[in-house]
Formats: sequence, C-alpha cells, structure tokens
Amino acid sequence: MSPTRRSVLKGIASAATLAATGVPKALAAPPRRKTPPADAVGLLYDATRCIGCQACVVKCKEANGLPPDTGTPRGAMYDAPDDLNATTKNIIKLYKGEDGRTSFMKAQCMHCVDPACASVCMISALHKGPRGIVEWDPDKCVGCRYCMTACPFNVPKYEWQTAFPKIVKCEMCRHLVAKGGIPACVAACPREAVIFGGLEKLRADAKGRIAGEPKKYFPKVYGDTDGGGTQVLYLSAAGIPFGKLGLPDLGDEPVPLLTESLTHAVYQGFIAPVALYGILGFAVYRSWRSQRLGEGGEK
Amino acid sequence: MGPSEERRTGFGKWEAQGVSRREFLRTCAIAAAAVGLPAWTVGEIAEAAAAKGRPPVIWLHFQECTGCSETLLRASHPAVSDLILDLVSLDYHETLLAAAGKQAEEALQAAVRKNAGKFVCVIEGSIPRAEVGSYCRVGGRTAVEIAKEIGGKAGAVIAIGSCASWGGIPSADPNPTDAVGAPRILEGKTVVCLPGCPPNPYNFLGTVLQYATYGTLPALDSLGRPSFAYARTIHEDCPRRPHFDAGRFVERFGDEGHRHGYCLYKTGCKGPRTHAPCSLQHFGEVVGAWPVGIGHPCFGCTEQSLAFRVPLHTTVEIDRPTPPDTFAPIHADHGGVSVAAVGVAGLAVGALIGAGAMASKKLGASKGEGEGKGEADKEAK
Repeated sequence: MSPTRRSVLKGIASAATLAATGVPKALAAPPRRKTPPADAVGLLYDATRCIGCQACVVKCKEANGLPPDTGTPRGAMYDAPDDLNATTKNIIKLYKGEDGRTSFMKAQCMHCVDPACASVCMISALHKGPRGIVEWDPDKCVGCRYCMTACPFNVPKYEWQTAFPKIVKCEMCRHLVAKGGIPACVAACPREAVIFGGLEKLRADAKGRIAGEPKKYFPKVYGDTDGGGTQVLYLSAAGIPFGKLGLPDLGDEPVPLLTESLTHAVYQGFIAPVALYGILGFAVYRSWRSQRLGEGGEK
Repeated sequence: MGPSEERRTGFGKWEAQGVSRREFLRTCAIAAAAVGLPAWTVGEIAEAAAAKGRPPVIWLHFQECTGCSETLLRASHPAVSDLILDLVSLDYHETLLAAAGKQAEEALQAAVRKNAGKFVCVIEGSIPRAEVGSYCRVGGRTAVEIAKEIGGKAGAVIAIGSCASWGGIPSADPNPTDAVGAPRILEGKTVVCLPGCPPNPYNFLGTVLQYATYGTLPALDSLGRPSFAYARTIHEDCPRRPHFDAGRFVERFGDEGHRHGYCLYKTGCKGPRTHAPCSLQHFGEVVGAWPVGIGHPCFGCTEQSLAFRVPLHTTVEIDRPTPPDTFAPIHADHGGVSVAAVGVAGLAVGALIGAGAMASKKLGASKGEGEGKGEADKEAK
C-alpha cells in the first residue's frame, strides 16, 4: 500500500493529539517566578518631571555609537525618529489627550525580571546579564527575530537595511555601568526625570513619591509587578493611566509563562518529539512494507 | 526754517557734536527694533527726536545702587551713550545733576511745573514703606511722598530696574525696610516696568521714544512689562540652547563642558523661567556681554519669584505648556497594508492552495492508475 492522503493525515492527527495531551500536565505544574538579582539595577522614569527636552535621546545615540535618524516620515526634522528603531534605543514620545492634557513618555527596553525575548531566544543571545540587565550577544544571534514578536513592549528592533543585520535594543549602557558609570540618558537628564540605581531603592523611591504627593501621581508604579516585574519603573501624572502612555496591561504573571507552558511542555522529557517521530517512522515503515508486499505479490 | 534754526533742532545739532546722521539713524533704528516698531517708523522717531524737541525725563532715585543709570552711561560706544542722553531731555537726575541741595530741588520743581502731564517720570530704586517710609528721604521728604507727587503729575511712569519694578534686592528676605516697587505705590496708574539688574538701556530708550513720537506706551504684560522685551524667556533664544537640547551640560565651573561653552542649566541657570531679552540684545553693544555669554548661569534678575529668592545654583523647573507636534506619538503609524497588497497576497495564497489541492488530487488519481502499471512508474522514477 502506497501512502494515501488518508494515511498521512491520520498520522499527523495522532501525533498532534499526543502532543496536545501533554499540555495540561505542564499547565498544572506550579508557576515558576523569577526574582531580580540582589544587586539588580534599574531606571525610574517620572513622567511628571520630564520636560521633553530629548537630551536623553541624543546622549543615548552618542553613548551607543548610533547615527542620527534622518529618514523619518515626519518631515524635515533632523534626527527625529518616530519610534524605537535600528538607530534609536531610547525615545521620548508625547501623549496628547482629548482633554488637552499632555504627558511625555520615555520608551526603551524595560529590562523585565523575566524577559519574554530571552525566553523565546533559542540560543540565549538575549539573556539576563549581570545586575539583571537584559543583554544581547551578537556572536550568538542567528537573526530569527523571535524576540521582536515576543516582546510585549515592542522593543527589540532589527537592522533591516544592512547586509549583516543586528538586533538593536537598550542594554542600559552596560558598557558604562560595568565601569561604574551610569546610563547616558540618566546622565543627560537635566530634571532628574529618569534616575538610575538599585532596583529596590528605586521601587521605594517611586512608592514614596506617590505617598508624598498622592494628588500629583497616578496611584501605581508601572513595572512593580507588571508582566512579572520590570527593572524600569514608571510614574505617571494623576489621571493619565499607563495604557495611554503605551504601556500594556499585562497582569502580574510573567509574560513568558504564557508561551513557556506550551513550548516547554511539548518538549518535556522529549516525549512528544520521540512519539511523533516514532509514529511517522512507523507509518513510513508500514507503507514501505505494504508496497514491497504488493510488488512481491505481482511477481 | 533757516539753516541756523535747523542747526539747533535738526540733525545739524548732532553733526556739530561730531555724530554723523548715519550714527543717529542707527541708534534710532536699534531703539525702534527694541520696541518692536516696524522699520518705517525709524524716520518718524528720528524726526520727532530731532525736530519736536526731546522728551523731558525726570529721574527719581530711591533705594538703589545707580546701576540702572550706569548701564545707560556705560555704553561701550561713546557716541551712542551720548545719544541716549541726547535723545531724551534729562531735566532732573540726581547723579548727573550739576546742582546740589536747594538748587537741585528747585530744578526738580521747575521741571515738573514746566512739563506737567507731559514728562516721563523714571523711578529707579525700591520704595520703603516701613517706619512711615523713613528709610529713604530726599530733601526731607520720604520716597513714598516724592513718588506719589511726581509720579502723579507725569505723563508716563517708567520703573527702571528690578528694585523699582518689584522691590529688587532691598526687598529680599527679611525685607527690613518693607521695600516695594513703584507699581505698588502708584496704584491705579500705568507703570511701565523694566525689571533687570540692570535692565538693557535699549528697552528704556525704545519705550521713551515711542512715548515721545506717538504718545503711546508699548503693550504690557500682566506684570506691567513691555511685551516687546519680556514676552519670551532667556532660554527660548539662548545661544547655548543647542547644548541644552543635545544634553551637553556644564556639571561644575571650570570643567571640560564649561570651557567648551555648554549649557549652564545644571549650574543653576534661571534662563528657562526668566523673561528678558538678554539673549538677543546684549549689554553695552558688546557681543556676548551678558551673564550666560561670559559663562555664568542666568541669575533671573528680572523675575520677582527668582532673583534674591532662589539660591544662585539651584535649578528651576522648566515650563513647556504646549509641546510641539514634532514629538514621536505614543503609537507610531508605520503605514498599514493597502487593499491592493492584500488582494495580491490573497491571489498568491489562493493559487498555492489550488496547486496543492490539484497535486493531492493527482496523487490520489495516480494511485488508482498505479495499481495497473506500478512497474512503469518505478522505471520512470
């Protein structure tokens, strides 16, 4: 018997069923929670203090050797990127409400405690480095761009226009931090709207600011627990929820948990792949055998 | 009008003093530009200044350092400083008056009588109110009395300098003399305030010439300051602004950034909250002669809320009430997918599905045939 459509589809279906039955077991497993290292560093951005001077955008490019952005669709402005991109690791955005209220918003890598980009990265080109900084290793990256799809904040960018493209994202100026320095955006900020320091200190500072001036601030520190916690914390003005600033409502569960429960379950103990290939092998063997028998019968 | 008369009232008078017509018009042009009058008014101002007679000015001194007078006199270009004094008829000015004592008082009374309702009263220095105003007396009378009397008879009142505008340094905490500016003493009367420590002389000259030429005063803001000079902040027109925008700051005096002329904001520059034209109109006609120009942060001398109140090296908040549309939006529009593109993609996908269906159909069909001629198939492969 040669392979019929029917037999091929049957094989795939049975493999899929087996793979699917493995999932509930993994979902029942206790959710793992990652915690930031004790010496974790972070940023605290206070939107109420930001004046939108964009000095941080310029300094970031300077510190990271990124060229100015001249090909933006927003007209003739020199070096005015409209979003994070292959030459922009840090940007100041503007929220304009219908009520006329405005707020600035600094966007860069959030340095998640449990980063989705690192979770999906097949060879850990993206990984949690020293002090909890999410680092990218150009020697490992294969350019699959899974990280770009996985990131809930839409942070990693890709050099679409170069022959050997790299992933571009904020690495909290780790080359400066390693030498005892501070990130360029923090050094440039004239109003201390963004500050750098130990994560727990920043967390306490942020909560203290809200407690001190409850009328001024939106009553929440974004990144405290959102998406399993981020090492970049945000404060917003009263009446301007973080959703308006483009920070998604992720809940408290780490983002990778969603995909890892599935992807890790499929490969748990390598049972599913072995079973799948076993079935496929069996199907191949069966058709091969039936064909040989058929040939033999004819002779 | 004969040539001899023209010599007295027209340009001839300045020519006799060695001032060319060109220089005279240039000064009038700077003054007109300072007030924000269009270029065609320069001729009228020059004519009025030359022919109509100079506007009479009575200059009163109270609690001050005479720095405002000095800034008028110490223009680097000698002809211009002469002209500043020649364009206006300074009938009474204690520092410049040759007379003293009783004679001086008589000169003041005579000038007021002669030009009542027409003269420009310039007040320099703050006015103390404590102890029935005894902290400042001239000729036995208190500053409050003098200001009320002379200011009341004036055609226009100009408070020159921060002291006269809102109290200045004498009003600094704890303000022992209860010093206030002229507007608080002359309530109900329009007082043109030219705060600054010292203010730019061209703001004064422009205001006086406008009054002399048209009989009007420049448009004033809520604090009585002419909008032509005080509508914008130092920061808006600062020559070091590009350094601010690029995040290049002086961190401490004498550092690398300081030597390169970087932004002085972090060393306490009050420019972002100080309304004054210093960044455009430098002092004494010397390019760069103003605090930021010589490497010192703006002190905020024109602002009552800053000068002598906020410490020199404390940074200030920066207002930007309506941000421009040049910022990136929260969600950038990277361009959608056009209907045509969707159509083309749909066709391609449809063709692939169709081809797949046909291929699988053929596979099934070839199986049926294969029953009969499997041998031939095998050879073909």
